[in-house]
Amino acid sequence: MLGKDLDIPCLVGDKFNNDPTAVLVEVEIMFPHGIEPYLIGGLIIGAGVSLIYIATGLHATQSSFLTTTLSWFSKRKHFQKESNIQEREWRLFLAIGLVIGAFIHTLTLSPKGFWSTSVQIWRLAVGGLLVGFGTRLSQGCTSGHGISGLASLSKTSFYAVIVFMGVAIITANIVQMLGVSP
Amino acid sequence: MNRQNIIVFIGGILFGFGLAYSGMTKQEVVLSFLQLKDLGLIFVLGGAAFVTFFAINVVPRYLKAPLLGGKFKPRKMPFSWKVIIGAIIFGVGWGLSGQCPGSVIASLGTGNIPVIVGLAAMFIGAYIRGLLDK
Repeated sequence: MLGKDLDIPCLVGDKFNNDPTAVLVEVEIMFPHGIEPYLIGGLIIGAGVSLIYIATGLHATQSSFLTTTLSWFSKRKHFQKESNIQEREWRLFLAIGLVIGAFIHTLTLSPKGFWSTSVQIWRLAVGGLLVGFGTRLSQGCTSGHGISGLASLSKTSFYAVIVFMGVAIITANIVQMLGVSP
Repeated sequence: MNRQNIIVFIGGILFGFGLAYSGMTKQEVVLSFLQLKDLGLIFVLGGAAFVTFFAINVVPRYLKAPLLGGKFKPRKMPFSWKVIIGAIIFGVGWGLSGQCPGSVIASLGTGNIPVIVGLAAMFIGAYIRGLLDK
């Protein structure tokens, strides 16, 4: 609310000495919906990943699901690796769990119920292609490098997260500047 | 369904619920983060990694092995340029569409039919990766 009249965000601490509300304004600009839904959602995700790790020692990462699932359909060596065959079943259960978890949320806590994106189909298609290829070349995605990798204190994952987040921010802003919305 | 798969399934339900709760299942929300309009999403990643940090680094001090058997092994991998090049390509796709693998799979449960296209494209991308692997 406070931040609505301002066009340009001020730097943290900028006017702090004169005006204690400046920091609050700053927080509202950076987090217009607060941080609670994000933080609570993240903690629930962490609980799911932790439960799986403590009970089974498995890392509940997501992009590997693409490769292990393809092992049912492709005879290529890349997909027929022993680890892919071993993992494909539990990774399928993980994916089904994800769908059902989001479904339960939609039925219970989602105020607007079912929802559909208005992002253009061509962006979903081209973006999806790059995401599928890139995450498999990188051997991890937002969950593999981002959650499990960072939580494992993996330097490789740390670099990966910095790179994909930086590139995604640049890309999203270029796309926006070109007038493509949302 | 064996015990391992039951636990994975339950953990997956929590994972999917958390993704939906945080708004990650909405590509518009992810894009507003990447366009730096709402930085809240950093707390999704941070919160999830924070909790998982304890599971990976602290729990094994008190528990010799996972409850259902197997081994505790942190997720580490050697550095390679493939990881970085892959991350760049992933970043372009993520920034263009607001989709990443987990969020799109969960998003199907919110009735988000169009992302079926995105998920199918991800499978094609992963398949092309396989074709290039000699």
